[in-house]
Amino acid sequence: MAIEVRDVTKRFGTFTALDDVCLRVGDGALTALLGPSGSGKSTLLRIIAGLETPDSGSVQIGEEEVTRAPARARGVGFVFQHYAPFKHMTVADNVAFGLKVRRRPKAEIHARVEELLALVRLDGLAERYPSQLSGGQQQRMALARALAPEPKVLLLDEPFGALDAQVRAELREWLRRLHEEIHVTTIFVTHDQEEAMEVAEQIVVMNAGRIEQAGAPRELYEAPRNEFVMSFVGPVNRLGDAFLRPHDIQILPGGDSSPGSTEALVRRVVHLGFEVRVELTLQDGRDVWAQVTRDTTQELEVEEGQILTVRLPAPRVFAA
Amino acid sequence: MSADPAKVPVAASGASVKASRLGLRTVALGYLFLLLLLPVAMIFYRTFEHGLEPVWKAMTEPNAVHAFWLSIELVAIAVPLNTVFGIGIALLLERGSFRGRWALGLVVDLPFAISPVVVGLALVLVYGQAGWFGTWLSEHGIDVIFSVPGMVLATAFVSLPFVARETVPVLHELGTDSEEAAATLGANAWQTFWRVTLPAIRWGVVYGVVLTTARALGEFGAVSVVSGRIEGQTQQLPLYVQDRFENFDATGAYTAAVVLALLALATLLAMNLLTRRTRSRRAV
Repeated sequence: MAIEVRDVTKRFGTFTALDDVCLRVGDGALTALLGPSGSGKSTLLRIIAGLETPDSGSVQIGEEEVTRAPARARGVGFVFQHYAPFKHMTVADNVAFGLKVRRRPKAEIHARVEELLALVRLDGLAERYPSQLSGGQQQRMALARALAPEPKVLLLDEPFGALDAQVRAELREWLRRLHEEIHVTTIFVTHDQEEAMEVAEQIVVMNAGRIEQAGAPRELYEAPRNEFVMSFVGPVNRLGDAFLRPHDIQILPGGDSSPGSTEALVRRVVHLGFEVRVELTLQDGRDVWAQVTRDTTQELEVEEGQILTVRLPAPRVFAA
Repeated sequence: MSADPAKVPVAASGASVKASRLGLRTVALGYLFLLLLLPVAMIFYRTFEHGLEPVWKAMTEPNAVHAFWLSIELVAIAVPLNTVFGIGIALLLERGSFRGRWALGLVVDLPFAISPVVVGLALVLVYGQAGWFGTWLSEHGIDVIFSVPGMVLATAFVSLPFVARETVPVLHELGTDSEEAAATLGANAWQTFWRVTLPAIRWGVVYGVVLTTARALGEFGAVSVVSGRIEGQTQQLPLYVQDRFENFDATGAYTAAVVLALLALATLLAMNLLTRRTRSRRAV
C-alpha cells in the first residue's frame, strides 16, 4: 500500500529531528532511507510505524489517515536493528505472536508459522529459543514475526546494522528476493550507501532532518542535486567548490597531451583487488585520488614516485 | 633451598599472595560465622536443648498458633499488594515521562530511610483515635490502630520498596524494543504487559517478592507501635517472640524464633527451586 507523509515536523527538546518532511512511497516499492546518524531517518520510520507522534503534519497509509492511530492499529510490520526478540518464547511462538494477540484459530496460526519459517529458512529451528540462534537467524525470525499478520507495509530500522559483513551481504540479497516474492511496500533505514544502492528501487537521502533528494539509485549517483548527495552516495574528490568522482579521473599513456590533461605525481598505489586506488598530487599541488582497474595500472606500469599524465573530467559545481 | 637467586623473590611473593588470600578468606568466613551462623545456630540449639516435647508444647500454645496465623495473614495481604504496586511504580519510574519522576523515586525509598518506629508513630498520628482519619473511622466502627488493619498498613509500608527497586534495573536492561515490537504486531497495552514485559522481568519481580516476604515476616518496630501488642489478638510472630522473651519463657521465645527462621528459609528455598526448574526448562 502507498505511504504518504505530509509536512511532518518532530522535535526532541531543542533538537529538530524532522523539519517539514514530505515523502511518497508507491504501492509495492522497496525504498531506502539513507543518511548519516542524526539525519532523522529512523525518526521518520518510527513516525510511519506509530512508535513516535509527529509534532505536526500527517501520515497516510493506503487510503487511511493514520497520524493519530496507535502502532497496533496501523497494520505495519517493524524490524529492529537489534532484532527485539521475545527471549522467553520459542522461535515458533515469536512468529505466532501477532496472530495470537488477534485470536486467530490455532490451526491457522500453526500453518502460517510453518509457512513463514520456511520462507525465512528457519524450518527445523521452530522450538529453539532466540538465544540459541545466530544474529542473522534472529533477524530472519524477526522478519517472519513482522510478516505473520500480513502487514500492509514493512518497515526495517537498520536491519543489518548489527551483523557482520558476510551475513549482511547475504541478507541484503535475500531481502531483495523476498520483496520480489511477496511485494509488500517496504521501507528500510540504512546509513550504508552501498546497501541502499544494492537493495532499494528508490533511495531517499536525508540530512539534518530534511530530505535532500529522492530517486532511483542510478539517478542519485549520476545527477546528485547537491554536494551532500554527491558525497554521500559515492566517493568524491573535492577541488575547491568542484567535485569529481575518482573513477572519472583517467590515467593516460605517457606522451599523450590531449586537451584537458595535466601532469601528476603518484604518491601511493593501494591495491584493493580488482580496484586500485592511485593517490595523486596534481601540478598545482592539489591532492586527488583516482579509482582505476588492476589492468590499467599494469598496462601503464603505474608506480609510486612516478610522474604521469591524467585527464580530469569536467567537475561538478553546486550552487551554494 | 635453590641457589638460583632469580627464583627466590618469585617464591616469596607467591607465598605472600597465598597467605593474603587465606587471610582474606579467614576474615570473611569468621565475620559471617560470628555475625550470622553462630547466633542462628545457638537459637536452634537452645530450642531443642531439652528435647522435642517442650518445643511441641510451646508450638501448640494458642497464642503462638494465633501469632503464626497472623504473621501469615499479614504476609498474604502485604506481599501481593506491594507486588502489584511495586511493578506499577517500577513501570512509572522506568517507562513514564512525567515531571517529578525523581521525586517518586525518592518517595519509594522512604521506607528504607525512615526508622520503622517512626513509621509506626506516623501511622498512629493519621489513623489513631486523635488522628486525621481516626475520628471518622472510629465513628464508622473501623479500628485501625491497635488492631489488624493497622498492622497490615505498617507491614505494607516498611516492605514497599523491594519489588519496585528490584524491577527497575531489569526493566531498564530490557529496553523498549520488544514492547514496541509487540505494539506493531497488534498487541494492546495489556497484552504487551502480560505476554512480553512481565515474562521478561519475572526474575527481578520474584526476587523482590522474596525480599518483601522476608521483610514483612520479620517486621517488628512499626508493627510494635501500631498493634498495641495484645496477646492472642495483635501479636504476630516477632512480637510474640519479644513477649515470650520478656516473660522469661525462653523455650516459647526460641521456638517461635525457629518457626520464623524456618518460614524465611522456606521462602528462599521456594524461590531457588522455582528459578532452577524454569531455567532448566527454558534456555534463557
